[in-house]
Amino acid sequence: MSGKIPIAKTYKLFINGAFPRSESGRTFSVDNPEGELIANVSQASRKDFREAVRAARSAQSPWASRTAYNRGQILYRVAEMLESRKIEFVELLKNIGLNSKAAKSEVEEAIHRWVWYAGWSDKYSQVLGSVNPVSGPYFNFTVPEPTGVVGIIAPAEPSMMGLVSRLAPAIVSGNTVVVVSQGQSSLTSITIGEVLATSDVPEGVVNILTGDQSELLPWMIGHMDVNAVDISGISPETDHTLLEEASLNVKRVVSRKVEEESLELISDFLEMKTIWHPVGR
Amino acid sequence: MPTSNITFGKTGSAIKVIPVDEVSLEARAASLATRSIKTNSKRAALHLSIRCMDLTTLEGADTPEKVASLCQKAKRPDPSNHDVPSVAAVCIYPEMVHYAVKATEGSNVKVASVAGAFPSGLSTIEARIADIADAVKRGADEIDIVLNRSAFLAGDEQRAFEEIVASKDACGEAHLKVILEVGELGSYDKIRQASMLAMTAGADFIKTSTGKISQASSLPRVLCMAEAVRDFAYQTNISVGIKAAGGIRTAKQAWHYLVVIGETLGTEWLNPEMFRIGASGLLNDVLLQLNRLDSGSYSGPDYVTVD
Repeated sequence: MSGKIPIAKTYKLFINGAFPRSESGRTFSVDNPEGELIANVSQASRKDFREAVRAARSAQSPWASRTAYNRGQILYRVAEMLESRKIEFVELLKNIGLNSKAAKSEVEEAIHRWVWYAGWSDKYSQVLGSVNPVSGPYFNFTVPEPTGVVGIIAPAEPSMMGLVSRLAPAIVSGNTVVVVSQGQSSLTSITIGEVLATSDVPEGVVNILTGDQSELLPWMIGHMDVNAVDISGISPETDHTLLEEASLNVKRVVSRKVEEESLELISDFLEMKTIWHPVGR
Repeated sequence: MPTSNITFGKTGSAIKVIPVDEVSLEARAASLATRSIKTNSKRAALHLSIRCMDLTTLEGADTPEKVASLCQKAKRPDPSNHDVPSVAAVCIYPEMVHYAVKATEGSNVKVASVAGAFPSGLSTIEARIADIADAVKRGADEIDIVLNRSAFLAGDEQRAFEEIVASKDACGEAHLKVILEVGELGSYDKIRQASMLAMTAGADFIKTSTGKISQASSLPRVLCMAEAVRDFAYQTNISVGIKAAGGIRTAKQAWHYLVVIGETLGTEWLNPEMFRIGASGLLNDVLLQLNRLDSGSYSGPDYVTVD
């Protein structure tokens, strides 16, 4: 039958495993390079950010206390789900201006990178941890622990690689995150949220907000319950004195390039705990 | 208008209770919960909700030390900020009254004890009266007892009534709060009947819940009780207090209750003599909200005590 009504997707936020609209009721539009409307997207407010941090905080300890093996399994499952929605992601990237070849290669690279980090889940701790020689009857060892709740301003370009490159190394070790995504990359980000929602990732582990980074950044930097911020996607015009607020609760402030893929990116969001254990003779 | 026929009272005369319009009640409660409270009013509401708070611990695992630290927190909820008032009372088991009295000495914080076979109320009336008298003797300023839901729901309202009268006698100078356990009553009609029954029997306060069952306080239930208190005050000129307890965890919920009480009973009820909120986790959330107002940035659970 012809004359069917086209059903356009509403892109909403992803908070605590659900897809709510912004409490502010605001939206912004995303256009394709020809200037045609692709979609209206929810524009998150500081209150949405507050709710997302609350969700991330309550999910953090249970996520970190899962076994490394289980976290790895779940992340691998995410890769499987990404793979099964490959065509959708390619279409999305083509809509925002990539050619077929570039879109396909970005999606494939992103999935590959996700799997690469998933594999580290039960390995980073052996590589980064250590048994330390000390002069005394102590067994002394250092183990990495997740930093906690991480706020991420994801790079908007390339949209899928940008998010995957920052998200995967943060959550693999047991951190939980609140991502702020903007402009055209919002579409890819929320679609990745849909993948996460159906991949056994517990609710609250990843929360994705779409909106204006200049509006949300001060709240992220100032929030006392956010333990680290990733400003890789921060706009060059941002007033960097803003970042000083991060010192209030000694937040880690991290910035990386999308091309980087290494164990160091996992250790950006780790704290090293050293334990002195007395040994008998 | 039809009335429900329940019979209780000192002379055994029937007291008529008007049935509750469930749909309007819930709609009104929902509309009161949409009110937005900002900046200065918000700070006032947060302070008021602390002043009206019964900081509660009713666990089998309560120890004298836990009660003592609860009392410290009751006296100075935020040690870093002198503007934050102390709470109205601590609410504990009779066994712990002695420690709480000692720990709150010299402060305005009152000691409230649950008594009378809390939370079910199902032991002999003699045992319950002795329990109440004992808690009073130990120094409790306020006694929280439970309505005998078993008798009330079985239709023996007179017995439930007389037990409250006897409990009130056993309280002496201490204030009596009667817990209706609204989640077990089944309907707003029953909540209204139980409210009227408790007030007629001499309760100084009527209280929603024990906090021991999942169905606890809710806005429409408290609105239903507040309307009963209002009507009772019209009829008898006696002002009875209200205590909402159970499931109140966020500052936002707390000020919704303040709005419901203020709009139904007037500002005369918005003080610790006439309104209480029973809670354990709520205080931390209120402190975090105050912190947010003062500092301008969001705070987190790392900055309040672990209870």
